[in-house]
Amino acid sequence: MKRLWDPIPLRGRVVLVALLAALLIAPAVLDRYLISIFVLIFYFTLVGQAWNLMMGYAGQLSLGHALYAGLGGYVAALLWFYFGIGPWLGVIPAIAVAMAFGAAIGWLGFRFGIEGVYFALLTIAFAEFTRIAFDNMAFTGGAGGLFLLYEPKRAHEWWNLRGGPLLFYYLSLALACGATALTAWLARSRLGYQWVAIREDQRAAMALGIDVFRAKMIAVLISAAMTAVGGVMLAFYYNSLFPAQAFDISRSIEMILGPVVGGLGTVFGPIVGAFILTPLGEGLIAVTDKLGIGVPGVKAVFYGLTLMIIISLRPDGVWPWLKRLIGLEAA
Amino acid sequence: MTVAIVLNVLVQGVLTGLVYGLMALGLSVIFGIVRVVNFAHGEFAVVAMYATWLLFVTLGLDPLISLLPIAIVFFGIGYLLQATLVNRFVGRAEHEQFILLVGLGIIIVNGLLMIFGPDARPANLSYSFDSYMIGPVIVDKARVFAAAGALVVSAALVAFFRYTATGTAIRACADNLTGAAVVGLNVKRLYALTFGLGLACVGAAGALMVTIADASPALSQAFTLLAFVIVIIGGLGSMAGALIGGVLIGVSEALASFFLAPSMKSMFSFALLVLILVLRPQGLMGRRA
Repeated sequence: MKRLWDPIPLRGRVVLVALLAALLIAPAVLDRYLISIFVLIFYFTLVGQAWNLMMGYAGQLSLGHALYAGLGGYVAALLWFYFGIGPWLGVIPAIAVAMAFGAAIGWLGFRFGIEGVYFALLTIAFAEFTRIAFDNMAFTGGAGGLFLLYEPKRAHEWWNLRGGPLLFYYLSLALACGATALTAWLARSRLGYQWVAIREDQRAAMALGIDVFRAKMIAVLISAAMTAVGGVMLAFYYNSLFPAQAFDISRSIEMILGPVVGGLGTVFGPIVGAFILTPLGEGLIAVTDKLGIGVPGVKAVFYGLTLMIIISLRPDGVWPWLKRLIGLEAA
Repeated sequence: MTVAIVLNVLVQGVLTGLVYGLMALGLSVIFGIVRVVNFAHGEFAVVAMYATWLLFVTLGLDPLISLLPIAIVFFGIGYLLQATLVNRFVGRAEHEQFILLVGLGIIIVNGLLMIFGPDARPANLSYSFDSYMIGPVIVDKARVFAAAGALVVSAALVAFFRYTATGTAIRACADNLTGAAVVGLNVKRLYALTFGLGLACVGAAGALMVTIADASPALSQAFTLLAFVIVIIGGLGSMAGALIGGVLIGVSEALASFFLAPSMKSMFSFALLVLILVLRPQGLMGRRA
């Protein structure tokens, strides 16, 4: 625990604790709509951290992360749907399946030297392949989707992850905090330094005796597992799953927006990114709807513009810049 | 009888595949020479489809005619895009280029969605339902025209790269960037030209695609992935590879939709992509790096 605090200056610690306390009591004053936005922010923090570990630290460009979230969601939802096994238990096989796919992709990619854009295409190929497979499988509901019944009499069964917005607010907050703590810990671990070495110069890392294959595999496995947890939560939050949405490449792109905008390879970047993008995107929809000019696509155009502007002007993301601005630069 | 049906399916696949090939050729030029990952490739193809459809319903222009102005306009767009925006990203990290173009792609596809809505826009050509009978094989007239158009444009591009001084200069940039700069080639201008040519191919391919498929924003991502799959299968930097890869994917899609289900058609393309990446990363026609 102490090691996680070390790199943060005192002022930063105060701000962090205050922020966390505010988030803990915030639901008292938030309405349902705002709570739903916070759930999304926390979800994107969680999966953003997962992607950040792989791309920001280990330097492996994955564009198929929707695969892990989709698989996690489907496995847990199917276990609940067919056998009544709750997601607290179901999350374990969900993680296992996502990790198995991650292992397959990682093994193929790293064993056969598929790198950069080619690795990204490999991850997309797996996600698309799975999407089409799920579209054509009867027991997963096929293209028509899988629906979890919402039974009011079970609405209090938090042990089956059945509940209202508050349950998901605190669950997603806890997961986002957990993912951030894990990232902070990994970033300062031996493994984290190995990842950065590989990201900066793989040959040099190899020459230093780092087991590059092993380090990259661990990155994929951890990242897949974290993303799967996010997928399980989202499946029980929305109570529905469609292959065309769960595995779609636009889902994968959504996940990478936060870390890219916030700052790749930083612990707080994905949080900052999620806190900037989600409210702006949702706010834009709300405003355009109210003005009567709401058309589908407004939010996406805004996200597209943000991506282009950020990557042109501030490719390191907002957080490193923000950190200097508010004087939180670690000594 | 069944042989005739399979033969029909094969011919359809080859003809569609040639149009795919032209689209991939555009990407092969951009990705292989400028080394920029154009992840907005399919989006540009769909913009060309809408332009063709618009010219058809307003002025009654045949796609085979509007192909030329669209290709020219797309060349201009590509030139400007590379000169103003993308040139600054040449040599930068792959994920940065990728994010820039994904952003552009998202804007294009959702812009189309906002303007035209999600519905497919068909162009009902006078010869849409005509066909030729060659023995037992029935071939759609529209597809034959589209494939012929794709071959003509591809041949023109190959001739440009092989026989003109500018084409040779561009190939020099691809072979040895430093050397090209040392002998005084204006690399930035050549890159802008190349990006323009790549987009001209996409524009032409999009115009031809209208004779085969209805314009719809939903096609864009599928086309982008399709183009990347074809380029990698065919081999980066190989023009023949792009066409051969296009035909291969066209045939595999046609066979899969016929024997399995239309929704499963691209499954085999992705499986083929994984196989190629693992077994022959330089692609079928590519040179080993």
